[in-house]
Amino acid sequence: MAHAYTPGLKVTDSTIITKRRRLPILGEVLVNLGDTVRPETIVARTKIPGDPETVNVANKLGLEPEDVPDCMLKKEGDTVKKGEIIAEKKSFFGLFKSTLESPIDGTLDIISPITGQITLRGPAIPIEIDAYIPGKVIEILDREGVVIQTHAALVQGIFGVGGERQGVLRMAVDDPNEVLTADKITPDMKGCVVVGGSLVTLDAIQKADQVGVVGIVAGGLIDRDLVTFLGYDIGVAITGQEDINLTIIMTEGFGQIRMADKTFKLLKSLDGKVASINGATQIRAGVMRPEVIVALEEESEVHDTVFSGGMEVGTLIRIIREPYFGKLATIVALPPELQQIESGTKARVLVAKLETGETVTVPRANVELIEG
Amino acid sequence: MAQINKEKINSIIATDCGSTTTKAILIEKVDGVFRLIARGEAPTTVEAPFEDVTIGVRNAVRELEELVGRKFLSGDEERGLITPRIDEKTGVDLYLSTSSAGGGLQMMVAGVVKNMTAESAERAALGAGAIVMDAIAINDGRMPHQKIQRIRQLRPDMILVSGGIDGGTISHVAEIAELIAAAEPRPRLGIGYNLPIIYAGNKDARNYVKDILGHKTDLRIVENLRPVLEREVLGPARHEIHNLFMEHVMAQAPGYNKLMKWTDAPIMPTPGAVGLIIENTAKQENMSVVGVDIGGATTDVFSVFKETFNRTVSANLGMSYSICNVLTEAGVENILRWIPFDIDPFDLRNRIRNKMIRPTTIPQTLEDLVIEQALAREALRLAFEHHKRLAVGLRGIQQVRDISQTFEQTSTGETLVDAMELGMIIGSGGVLSHAPRRIQSVLMMLDAFQPEGITRITVDSIFMAPQLGVLSTLHPEAANDVFQRDCLIRLGTAIAPVGEAKEGDPCVTVIATLPNGQVVEKSVPYGSIDTIPLAEGHADVVIRPARGFDVGAGRGHEVKAQLEGGVGGLIIDARGRQPFFLPSDTENRIRKLVEWYKALDVYPMDVLAKYVKK
Repeated sequence: MAHAYTPGLKVTDSTIITKRRRLPILGEVLVNLGDTVRPETIVARTKIPGDPETVNVANKLGLEPEDVPDCMLKKEGDTVKKGEIIAEKKSFFGLFKSTLESPIDGTLDIISPITGQITLRGPAIPIEIDAYIPGKVIEILDREGVVIQTHAALVQGIFGVGGERQGVLRMAVDDPNEVLTADKITPDMKGCVVVGGSLVTLDAIQKADQVGVVGIVAGGLIDRDLVTFLGYDIGVAITGQEDINLTIIMTEGFGQIRMADKTFKLLKSLDGKVASINGATQIRAGVMRPEVIVALEEESEVHDTVFSGGMEVGTLIRIIREPYFGKLATIVALPPELQQIESGTKARVLVAKLETGETVTVPRANVELIEG
Repeated sequence: MAQINKEKINSIIATDCGSTTTKAILIEKVDGVFRLIARGEAPTTVEAPFEDVTIGVRNAVRELEELVGRKFLSGDEERGLITPRIDEKTGVDLYLSTSSAGGGLQMMVAGVVKNMTAESAERAALGAGAIVMDAIAINDGRMPHQKIQRIRQLRPDMILVSGGIDGGTISHVAEIAELIAAAEPRPRLGIGYNLPIIYAGNKDARNYVKDILGHKTDLRIVENLRPVLEREVLGPARHEIHNLFMEHVMAQAPGYNKLMKWTDAPIMPTPGAVGLIIENTAKQENMSVVGVDIGGATTDVFSVFKETFNRTVSANLGMSYSICNVLTEAGVENILRWIPFDIDPFDLRNRIRNKMIRPTTIPQTLEDLVIEQALAREALRLAFEHHKRLAVGLRGIQQVRDISQTFEQTSTGETLVDAMELGMIIGSGGVLSHAPRRIQSVLMMLDAFQPEGITRITVDSIFMAPQLGVLSTLHPEAANDVFQRDCLIRLGTAIAPVGEAKEGDPCVTVIATLPNGQVVEKSVPYGSIDTIPLAEGHADVVIRPARGFDVGAGRGHEVKAQLEGGVGGLIIDARGRQPFFLPSDTENRIRKLVEWYKALDVYPMDVLAKYVKK
């Protein structure tokens, strides 16, 4: 493949963001083409069939399964009320009766003469989809949802947990190297998205959770702290569904890693504005990375950097694997031929100068471009 | 299946649309045999922003065009490849494809009894190339509402329902059908479509199943996969799974409608195609075979023992996407046991997490490579354990025993996997196919699978088994030519005596007559590993196990065989089996690991020494 290196994550002060908001099953779209929506605007809704409950009528009334349909007082599709008698067994010339009450409100779905069971279904469960970001409806997906577009600043993180949330961005540190500790979390941050520097500690996450912070954005996080906070280990890189009250987004990786200057400066410039965030991460083809989106009040020029030429001498990079993990450097040479590295692998490499002045050789696959 | 005139086939392109990359190979007839000519790859384009698989296919084929300086792609993007070939420079005679993109084929299975019909259904689904998300059974220990909840939660591509032998239970089959009807499951792809369900159970229950599920789902009825207890008939169910995969799953996936028109044979699920190649190899070589494909997200294991093919997929054991799960399932201790130096477990965890979130990076230091290969050993071991549990004989059947078996405590449903009977291992996947030294792949597979007796070790050089698998459905000779000549890399043959002794005690002596007539004799003590170099060809070998050790003919009995060489030669693995010898105390463990790595020249020892000292 032409580009073997990891393309940088998008960090830009102005871009066009398009979001598809779709229902899990067909339903009703509630907005019109061209409408302006807020993040909390419900754009589509539907109802999914209610929870079913099976009742073994044959057992309860002491019947053979094939006799069950004859004893039912309700037909398939009928509405039933909780406590309503739905089946009756008469015995001894009709003198004795045993009856069965419906355990739930709902409808009678299936009467089975084979198993002697019936299936009752509870009321349909409504599902609503909100807009998530403020913007304009640019496409209606018939009975499925909408496409919303907005002009916004965007920061993509490398890994996150927790789903979609909105809150006011609040800088909790002054420097991208600073660690976000518990003492920097204050009660007035309730409902906010708090930004830290190189690391967020476990006690800071726990305090943020108590205070009611909706999101944390920081450079890094220690693996065991994440496991402690979640209460379980994440085995597979697919997140976003965690049952937690705040979303956490890491911009750089696991461990203490200084937040990239560009990311930090951009977040700082957005301090006080409302952000839509999502920690959902999926690492495979069609990678999904966590995001911080801040809609812009006015349309401005789009600053999407396109790395058509890839790396060149002078490009700023971050090394993303041992032995220089997390270090920033500038490319000083790009030898074209394959070189053998310490592990014995033959790979395309680059020569880069670290911030300390040291010159190192690393595989091109192990660096990330930093958008300058 | 499409019929072709094999005489007219001279050049073939086959693609495999994987979850990350789409790989294209060009095969052509050269001097009467089919050979691999070139290989191209490009990122898969199933997901946003492209959402059209054919873009990736065209890009991969374009790379082939550039490599060989010819034209394969039609100028019309809708038409795809130029078939048949127009002249020497334009087009190919055949185009085929497999696919595992977009998460592959995800299924749910259901049966009456967990380790009988539900297990048969699971084998049918796995064999067809699916990932089995869950197996529901009447006796699986869950309450009906829990099962319903589970069915609702998962959104499979299809459900395979079995249950009851012909003429057996109807009520339990009906119960399963009612559970599914109550859950009203929705398919993963194609909003507004009915979920495909294949019923392969008791034929007497068909009408009832139709009544319950017919109007709510896209129901297909096939032959019972367990018509009698003693027989499993998986073919019809597998065939219907492939049909539905094409009709429903593929038709809903972005761009596949177009791709389906381009190919000369139906698109196969990637693992289903690999399974075909493994089955054919076992038949041709007349031996038991284990194949493994370790990917970023999953590890597939295929086996043929006693002429029975089995496949399992460990959905959450892989080297990038699910690498953290390998750590969780194996435990830090099991990973560390293969590493000959100290490493802080916290540091190890952060490193593994960073590999997960940046999966395209490669180990730069030897330390990182050793860690990655330790993880691979454990992922392979766990996937193999999983496979052994599912690759079993039929349970619940009556066995006819003779007087000699009176004292044998064998029961039905035992694993078919027999490490002594295993004749060949085929490894594939980045960590095995692209190890900096081939011998590293040999040792990873020996440590993970612990084959016994005599076993050939091979790797698939560039993972083209999927393409060759689908090709074998139309042109088996072409597929076999390329598989034998260009795909399989012969790494050598392992000789592993079964038994236990004290470290340093006699274990085995091997006398090999090499192709040049030279005779080499090596005695390897218990707890050690050594090799007899044999890069190419075969050697006539006499193996003399010490008393108490077995290499296939019984304890202490000599075995004579003609063994195939490879880059690792003849590997004499005297580290014992049942149990495998690995000291538990750190100092001795590191001493032994270093000794083994040195004996086989696994790693550059001067560099390794730096980390061992540290």
